[in-house]
Amino acid sequence: MPADLKSRLARWETVTVLLFVASIVYGAVSADGFVSGGNLNAVLANVVEIALISLPMTLIIVSAEIDLSVASILGFASALIGTLWNHGWAMEAIIPFVLVAGGCAGALNGWLITSLGLPSLAVTIGTLGLFRGLAFVLLGDTAVTDFPTSYLNLGQGTFAGTQIPTPIVLFVVLAVIFGVVLHATGIGRAIFAIGSNDEAARFAGLRVKRIKFWLFVVSGVVSALAGAVFTFRFGSARGDNATGLELSVIACVLLGGVSIFGGRGNLLYVVVAVFLLGILDNALTLNNVSSDALTIVTGGLLLLSVLGPSVAARVRELLRRRSTTTPVTTTSTPL
Amino acid sequence: MSTAQATPAAPQDARHEARRSLFETVVRARELSLLAVLILVVAGTTIAEPRFLSSQSIRDILLNVSVIALMAVGQAVVIITRNVDLSVGSVLGISAFLTGVLFADHHAAIGVVFVAGTLFGALFGLANGLMVALARVPALVITLGTLYVIRGIDFVWAKGRQINADQMPDRFLQLGSDTVLGVPVLAIIAAVAMLIVGAVMRSSRMGRELYAIGSQPTAANLAGIRVSRRVIGAFVVSGALAGLAGVLFTARFGTLDATAGTGDELQVVAAVVVGGVAIFGGSGSVYGAALGALLLGVISSALVILKVNQFWEQAIDGALLLVAIGLDRLLALRVAAALRARSGRRAG
Repeated sequence: MPADLKSRLARWETVTVLLFVASIVYGAVSADGFVSGGNLNAVLANVVEIALISLPMTLIIVSAEIDLSVASILGFASALIGTLWNHGWAMEAIIPFVLVAGGCAGALNGWLITSLGLPSLAVTIGTLGLFRGLAFVLLGDTAVTDFPTSYLNLGQGTFAGTQIPTPIVLFVVLAVIFGVVLHATGIGRAIFAIGSNDEAARFAGLRVKRIKFWLFVVSGVVSALAGAVFTFRFGSARGDNATGLELSVIACVLLGGVSIFGGRGNLLYVVVAVFLLGILDNALTLNNVSSDALTIVTGGLLLLSVLGPSVAARVRELLRRRSTTTPVTTTSTPL
Repeated sequence: MSTAQATPAAPQDARHEARRSLFETVVRARELSLLAVLILVVAGTTIAEPRFLSSQSIRDILLNVSVIALMAVGQAVVIITRNVDLSVGSVLGISAFLTGVLFADHHAAIGVVFVAGTLFGALFGLANGLMVALARVPALVITLGTLYVIRGIDFVWAKGRQINADQMPDRFLQLGSDTVLGVPVLAIIAAVAMLIVGAVMRSSRMGRELYAIGSQPTAANLAGIRVSRRVIGAFVVSGALAGLAGVLFTARFGTLDATAGTGDELQVVAAVVVGGVAIFGGSGSVYGAALGALLLGVISSALVILKVNQFWEQAIDGALLLVAIGLDRLLALRVAAALRARSGRRAG
């Protein structure tokens, strides 16, 4: 086997692609109506919020941070849309306002993490509660559903004469932008450098804090945008919208081969992982598997995607230790 | 991560003394200030609504707090080792459901159920610990995964079933409301668990090793501490206490389905951090964690009695967590600066 092919097979991304293909085969073989244009649209539409948020989440995890508050910002944005709509605001004013509010939520995360030097895990567990709580304060357990169809089309309709759902077009545009920024610009290289070693990145003259701050702001804005899409897709603004979505987002990013320790990852495979999850979800639903079982599958995929590379690395380490006699130092695990 | 590292220099004794007294002042100040806040909240609420200090109301608060406090004690042990266990709410849920099933379908004895629930929780803790320690993957991600996997198993197992009080023995349900000398039995169970874990953490070699691991895992490893084994042990404790909390939850509420304890991890982590356990590990106590749970519980009861919108509770829990870690950080920076100034004076 050529060395190049061998190294390619050993990479986690290969597993992602294989799982992706396997999920398509599983769907096509087991579920009636899986292979149809209408169903493909359903797959795409169902994962659009996860897909959107996975873009900034990839950048954040590559920079060795994490944002657990995304689903709460989504819910907060949804509740804000409902509240402002009840107050008679025009939708043209609501959308920009909500995006700014999402940016402010992200800025709070970013400020606590960069200015006070707090761990992003602890901060975003706190804001997970805070933003979801504020969403409940705004709407309680009521729902706002009287949105006119012209707006609902933003979430449910298809793009100008094609069969593609409108939100997916939005996602494709953003995915291209995020992909280019991460893989073809100085900012992207800086994010990788920060994730590999942020001390070294700082000494190399990168504005580590500023870049991290803006990553969290962008995450907040995109989460709020996903909140708008969610609200219009279901025609319902509620405080508890998309509770627990952060699990799916983080599962997809890690399943796509992004290292939880930062510094490594490719946005393309994250997108593959998002659609892998969407297809699996769809195929299981068509086979009448309960959504609770799907929770097990999503959680299991998350565990698999962090345990897999780690176990593989330890096996490699063990093999190397057996072939050479040099001691290998063990690394400590951060939180 | 420890900001208070000092450079070795003579005279050792005096410096050590000074450092310890400063450290103790800070720690004691933390628990005292927590008490002060607690008294302020109680006093303020009582002035606005005297019913708040009635024995009935105090009993309710203690009952509500004991379940969360039990999980906070376990969580404190895990966070002291610089890890975190987000799966406690799900472990509580599945153990509560086991409790219900054992009573409803198998007519098990009460003692058996207590042991079974605790062991069941310990089993999930063991799974968490094994994955965290052996695969060397951040606990956050592992326990986020098991949070959903365990909840999913709970739902699939329950299949929408609800278990009611009439399917459980009366003596068990009475535990949920009985008092001894005015103190609820559940609160006594939680307090006993806290005292045992607290004594082990404070005085035993095992407990001190857990603090050492949290202060600096690499150094602990080089010092010959079996880090993996101790971390697994911490997760087992957290799981077992969450399992026991599931049994208490069932005794308290009598009715349960697969959703018991959903989202509790936020309250538990908030209680621990508000109680002064450093999120970076290595410092804090389980008593502080229980005190943190009490404070959160008192605030939530105060909201109810003052007829504040109940939906504020989650936002307040989150905000308190942020304030606590923010204050901790500022305090740590202050202490580090003070120590540097002090050692500078002594050296010069």
